[in-house]
Amino acid sequence: MPGTIQSIERAAAILRLLSGRNRRLGVAQLAGELELPKGTVHGILRTLTVVGFVEQDEETGKYQLGAALLHMGSSYLDGNELRTRALNWSDSLAARSGESVRIGTLHEGKVLVVHHVFRPDDSRQALEVGGLVPAHATAMGKVLLAAHRYAAREVAAAGLARFTPRTITGTDELDAELAAVLERGWAADAEELVVGEVSLAAPIDDRRGVTVGAIGISGPVERLMENGTPRSDLVSYVREAARAVSRDLGAIPW
Amino acid sequence: MSERYIASVDQGTASSRCLVFDRRARVVAVSQVEHEHIFPRPGLVEHDPEEIWRNVEHVVADALASAQLPVSDIVALGITNQRETTVLWDAKTGEPVHNALNWADTRTDHLVRELGDGLGPDRFRERCGLPLATYFSGPKIRWLLDNVAGLAERAEAGDVLFGTMDSWLIWRLCGRHITDVTNAGRTMLMNLETLDWDDVLLDAIGVPRAMLPEIRPSMEVYGEAGGALAGVPVAAALGDQHAAMFGQTCFEPGDAKCTYGTGSFLLMNTGDQPVASGNGLLTTVGYKIGDEPATYALEGSIAVTGALVQWFRDKIGLIGSASEIETLARTVDNNGGCYVVPAFSGLFAPHWRSDARGVIAGLTGYITKGHLARAVLEATAWQTREVVEAMNSDAGVELTSLKVDGGMTANNLLMQSLADVLDVPVVRPIVAETPSLGAAYAAGLAVGFWSGPDELRAQWHKAAEWLPAMEQAVRDKGYRKWRKAVARTVDWVDEDDD
Repeated sequence: MPGTIQSIERAAAILRLLSGRNRRLGVAQLAGELELPKGTVHGILRTLTVVGFVEQDEETGKYQLGAALLHMGSSYLDGNELRTRALNWSDSLAARSGESVRIGTLHEGKVLVVHHVFRPDDSRQALEVGGLVPAHATAMGKVLLAAHRYAAREVAAAGLARFTPRTITGTDELDAELAAVLERGWAADAEELVVGEVSLAAPIDDRRGVTVGAIGISGPVERLMENGTPRSDLVSYVREAARAVSRDLGAIPW
Repeated sequence: MSERYIASVDQGTASSRCLVFDRRARVVAVSQVEHEHIFPRPGLVEHDPEEIWRNVEHVVADALASAQLPVSDIVALGITNQRETTVLWDAKTGEPVHNALNWADTRTDHLVRELGDGLGPDRFRERCGLPLATYFSGPKIRWLLDNVAGLAERAEAGDVLFGTMDSWLIWRLCGRHITDVTNAGRTMLMNLETLDWDDVLLDAIGVPRAMLPEIRPSMEVYGEAGGALAGVPVAAALGDQHAAMFGQTCFEPGDAKCTYGTGSFLLMNTGDQPVASGNGLLTTVGYKIGDEPATYALEGSIAVTGALVQWFRDKIGLIGSASEIETLARTVDNNGGCYVVPAFSGLFAPHWRSDARGVIAGLTGYITKGHLARAVLEATAWQTREVVEAMNSDAGVELTSLKVDGGMTANNLLMQSLADVLDVPVVRPIVAETPSLGAAYAAGLAVGFWSGPDELRAQWHKAAEWLPAMEQAVRDKGYRKWRKAVARTVDWVDEDDD
């Protein structure tokens, strides 16, 4: 068709084939269906793989739709909705931990704070809802990036700013950290954004198991860390709160 | 000793909830189910009492199961409920004889005007603290007796029982026909001084004493529950706004709170004497602890706040969920000049005009759904301003900050609008579910789980605060326009309307 970009049209055709009856197709099959040279199809598949829309099955070498595509448009949960659902549990977390609580979502490579509960000591505090914080230097950010690797690549590519001597500024270091976060199910920022401050966070998942937000606490290193590691009781409170909200969103059926 | 807990049932206007609290007033389990609002005709609102009872049974069992709590760890149950909603049931079979008439139902419109009998809506105000309005239970009972065949005779004989939702639940839970003073105080049949049913009121409104529950204090062990909470003492009952006052630890005269839910209710503790309002507020019982003298309160009742958002969601369909109202409202910077006055059941405090109905004013071709959403949120803020001004006049002292609670406190834009429009800080405590907490506190005090009000006050902590950020000129103009919009709601209902 005149006025359109041919390679995008061809990519769309490939994606449609992969979401049809045959969920897994090889280069030869795709090329045959589209009546295109294998080399052309292979080139398109390579780019589609880089952006996460397509994945190659290691055993068979065939291609299928990628996770990023399946989650597209559905990893967004309205921040106001998330706050409403999480209200009781975030208050509870603040009460149990004695620290301030924040809930964040991923927004253009940063963390948007959609909810903030004061530290329950009646001290003077300001509401930080609507603020943006860096994703690579906060626990909430790490939780969100670990679950959305494509966003993590973008954040790394844009350059990782240094805030304290402990801020992660290298791509490899960030990759390793995110892999660890995904593995253990929670994240910490140990004085990586502000010297003397620590934050802990865990993922909030919706009914498809997609991470739609992160909930965490933050406070002084003296209270949140013990012998150089985050206090395990605080970690468990944060994880329980995250699970409770996820359960309400339908992520955990029991 | 292992942990012990207090369970709380909140039978609200929109849903029934069970919350379980630990000794430090932290929520350890929640379960919630909405029930149906039946609208037989415009202005009429009913519920199915059996559906509500089943839902309460369900949320109790579900809350315990979700937190894996054995019944033996629950030390007491407190009940709080939507007030005024009227249930009549057969004394022997327990079967409701009609759908429950919700507090917002306006079918008693004509009856209420007739009862004024030339003396006007304040005819009974000195005795019961309330103006004649469709809001209250007494006239609803009379309407049912007049309109359901054979009911009047059965009621005289004591074969039909009346209750607000607390009575209905306690009847099903432990087989006693009782109510607490705060709920009784919303019927227009109770004397504010004696705290007993008043024969003059019963006679004038036409309700036989035989059908009425026994009036008890707000906290004492009424009996033992059955079902999922078998053996647990039922130790408190309070109307939801009174429970919220308790949960917000408003124990001293001058302490005030406003709960934002389907409707919104500003209550101020006025101590052990009832204070008459010269500005359209209600005089009501705050709570009664066992044998101690009752604590009274002034109340500004706003009928439609969250209900307006729900209407916008369910009937207008411009948002998919209630929280989306904030998202939509934030797509614009202001209301574009339009104002929504949701006088769905007439105007409540401070105007009390049952002839009023809702209005959207200031429409031009410029207005978008974003502006409408903004106006929907601001309606709650402006209505609050009106009752705060009335409260300041009656109390003779100005509110310096507003303690808020209830589901709508999740809406940050609304909370900021409140602070802007009232020009005082707005503060939310760490537990937003204050009616449930208040009922739990009351039940806990009754069984000695907590020692007294001081221990409860020590558990109140600030969770969020919004500071005023609006210029005086903008605020003044907004209020002027709001009052113009309100003036356009009155004188609407005609004789030949339903």
